[in-house]
Amino acid sequence: MSLASRARAGAAHHSVPILFATLCLAGALVAHIKPSFLASEMLLRFSRNGLLVLSLLVPILAGLGLNFGIVIGAMAGQIAAILVVYWGGSGIGGLGAAALLATPIAIVFGLATGMIFNRAKGREMVSGLIAGFLANGLYQIVFLFMIGSIIPFHSPSMVLPQGYGLRNTVDLTSIQYAMDDLVPLKVAIEGSAVRVPVATLALIGLFGIFNLWFLRTKLGQELRAMGQDPHVAAIAGIPVERNRLIATILSTVLAAWGQLLFLQNLGTLNTYNSHEQVGMFSIAALLVSGATVTRATVPQAFLGTILFHTLFVVSPLAGKALAGDAQIGEYFRVFVAYGVITAALVLHAWRKERE
Amino acid sequence: MSGPADPVTGGAGEDAGGARGGAPGGPPAPPADASPPPGPVSRVRALARAAGVPRLVIGFFLIVLFAIAVATRMDVPGLLTDSLARIARNGLLVLALLPAIRGGLGLNFGLPLGIVCGLTGCVVSLNAGMKGWAGLGAAALIGLLLSIPVGWGYGAILNRTRGQEMMVGTYLGFAAVSGMSIFWLLAPFHNPQLVWALGGIGLRTTLSLSGAYDKLLDRFLAFEIAGISVPTGTLLLFAGFCALTALFFRTRWGITIAAARANPRFARAAGISYTATRTQAAILSTALGALGIVVFAQSYGFVQLYTAPLYMAFPAVACLLIGGATVSNATVLHVIVGTVLFQSILTVALPVTSQVVQGDISETARLVIQNGMILYALTRREKR
Repeated sequence: MSLASRARAGAAHHSVPILFATLCLAGALVAHIKPSFLASEMLLRFSRNGLLVLSLLVPILAGLGLNFGIVIGAMAGQIAAILVVYWGGSGIGGLGAAALLATPIAIVFGLATGMIFNRAKGREMVSGLIAGFLANGLYQIVFLFMIGSIIPFHSPSMVLPQGYGLRNTVDLTSIQYAMDDLVPLKVAIEGSAVRVPVATLALIGLFGIFNLWFLRTKLGQELRAMGQDPHVAAIAGIPVERNRLIATILSTVLAAWGQLLFLQNLGTLNTYNSHEQVGMFSIAALLVSGATVTRATVPQAFLGTILFHTLFVVSPLAGKALAGDAQIGEYFRVFVAYGVITAALVLHAWRKERE
Repeated sequence: MSGPADPVTGGAGEDAGGARGGAPGGPPAPPADASPPPGPVSRVRALARAAGVPRLVIGFFLIVLFAIAVATRMDVPGLLTDSLARIARNGLLVLALLPAIRGGLGLNFGLPLGIVCGLTGCVVSLNAGMKGWAGLGAAALIGLLLSIPVGWGYGAILNRTRGQEMMVGTYLGFAAVSGMSIFWLLAPFHNPQLVWALGGIGLRTTLSLSGAYDKLLDRFLAFEIAGISVPTGTLLLFAGFCALTALFFRTRWGITIAAARANPRFARAAGISYTATRTQAAILSTALGALGIVVFAQSYGFVQLYTAPLYMAFPAVACLLIGGATVSNATVLHVIVGTVLFQSILTVALPVTSQVVQGDISETARLVIQNGMILYALTRREKR
C-alpha cells in the first residue's frame, strides 16, 4: 500500500476525531485563544473528567452499550461527599473517607442498575437514561425533603432556613484540591502560576492501566466474549447475567470516585444539578474520539476528553468572536454533545441492522 | 385488492387478543361488539384486571388528594377547572404517541421533532402578525406541512436503526431541540414583539400569545358549571382527534399499520411493506405532535422556545403508560385515561401538598412517578 492511500485509509478510519480537532483548531484561531490558556484549561478539565469517562469503558466491553446510568454512580459520590463534609472530614483524609463511603453505596446502586439492565435486555441504554432520571427524583426526595425532617441532620450552614432540605450548594472547600495538591506543583505559564494536579493525573493514569489490565483477566475476557455474542458466551458457560451485574457495578463505583475527583477540584457541590449532565458529557466526550457503542479503548477515552473539552472551552469564545454572542457558542456545544451521541447511536444501530 | 385485507384483519384481531397482560383487549371508545356479553361477576373482575395496578394506585392517590382538598376547604371547583384545562392542553401530545406504538416504533421519545415543527409554525404566524383563527390555523398548517418531511426523515432513520428506536428517538429529539435553539437565535425574524429588545435579533425564550390567539380554542363555546369552567373548544378538539384516530385504526390503512407491526412476515406475504408502515406511523406521530404543541401553546398562552421542549416527551409518555399502554400496545382509551389521571395528579398535587410541605414537592413527585412509570414499562416482560 502506498503511503498516500494508507494515509487516506487512516484518515477515513479516524474521521471523527480529525473532524473535531479541525473544529477545535478553527474555533481557537477565530477566537484568538492563546495556547497557554488552552493548555491550562485542558489540564484542569482533563483532571476533572478523566475518570468519569473511563468509567464508561467496562460496560461497553460487556456489550451493555453506553452506560447512561453513571449518573447514579455520580450521585453515590455526592452522597458520600455531603456526609463527609457534614461529619467534618477534611483534606486527603476526608476525601479518602468519602471514597471509602461512596464504594458500598455505589455497589448497591450499581447492583440495582444492573438488575434493571438485566430485565431490559436490548434496551439498556434508554433504561439507563430513564433510571438516571428516576434516581434524580428519589435523590431530590431524600435531600430536599427528608434531610432534617425524617433523617436527623443538624447543620444550619448546610440546611435550608426552613429546617429541612439541603441548600442548593454545599461548600466543599475543606476537601478542595485534596488530591490535586497531594503532590504540590505549580508551573508558571506566562506569569501566572498554573496548578498541575500531579496526583490526580497519576490516579487517572492508574485507572487507565487498570482498565488495560482488566482486559487481560479472565473476567475481562468473559466480558469481551459477551460483548461479541451473548448467546455464544452463554452456551460457552459464561454466567452472562452475573457478569453484566459486575460490569455495571464496576462502572458505577468508578463513576462515584470520578465524581469525587471532579468535586474536590471544583470545591462546591451543586446539590441538585452537579450530577445531571455527567452522563451526557462523559458519553459525548468518549464518542468524540471515534469510539462506538461497542468498541472503546483507554486512549480513546483520554483523547475524547481532551477534544470534547477543548470544544467546550473554545465554542462560546468562537461564537462571541464570530457573531458577537457567546450564547450561540453555548447552544452549539450542547448541540454538538447531543449530535455526537445521536450520530453514534444511529451508526451503531444501522450497522447492527445490516448484519 | 380485497384478497390481502382478510388475513390482515385476522392479524390485527390476533394482536388484540394477544395483549393479555393487563391491557384492555377490546377496542377503544365503542363497546366491544364481537365478544359475548360477560356476566356481572366476570365483568367486575375483568374491569379490575383491565384497570391494572398502576392505574389503581394513581387513581387512589388522586382520590386521596381530592379528599384532602375537600377536607381542608380548598377551592375544589378551581382545582377541577385547572385539571380540565391541563387535560385538554396535553391531550393531543399524548395522542401523538399512539401511532408510533401501533406502528411498532415503541415509545416515541422523539416527540420533540414534531414539537419544534409546531413551534416553527407558531413563530412564523406570529412574525407575520396573524391573529385570531387565521393565526392559529396558519400555525397549525405550517406545523403540519413541516412535520410531514420531518416525520418521513425520522421514519427513514428509525427504519435503519431497528431495535434501538427509543434511544435513537430520544437523542434525535434532544439534538433537534438544541439545533433549533441556534435557529431561534439566528433566524431572520424581526417582529419587535418577538425578538430581544437589545440587538434586535434572536427570539425571546417565551413569546406571549395575548392579542394573537391566546386561549382561542379554550374559550370557544366555553361555559361554567358549578364553578368549573370548561375549555370546550380544546376538549372537543381532543375528543375529535381521539375519535378520528380510533376510526383511522379501523380503516384498511390503519389496520395495515398495526398488522405489519404485529407480524411483519405475515404482512409481507399480504403485500404490506413493514418499512413503509413504520414510516407512515412516524409521520402520523410527528404531525400529531406538531398539532399538539400548537394547541398546547394557545391554551397555555405562551410559545416556549429554546430548551423548553427538551423533556416534553417524557411526561407525555408517562401519561400514556399510566393509562395502561405498554411499549408495544396502546389504545385511544389508554390515552384518555392516562391523560386524565396524570394531569389531574400534577394539577392537584402542588396546591394540596404545599399546605403540608414547604417547597415544591409536586415537581419531585412528578419526576418519580413519571420516570418510575416509564422504567416499569421498559423492564416489564410482556407476555406473548
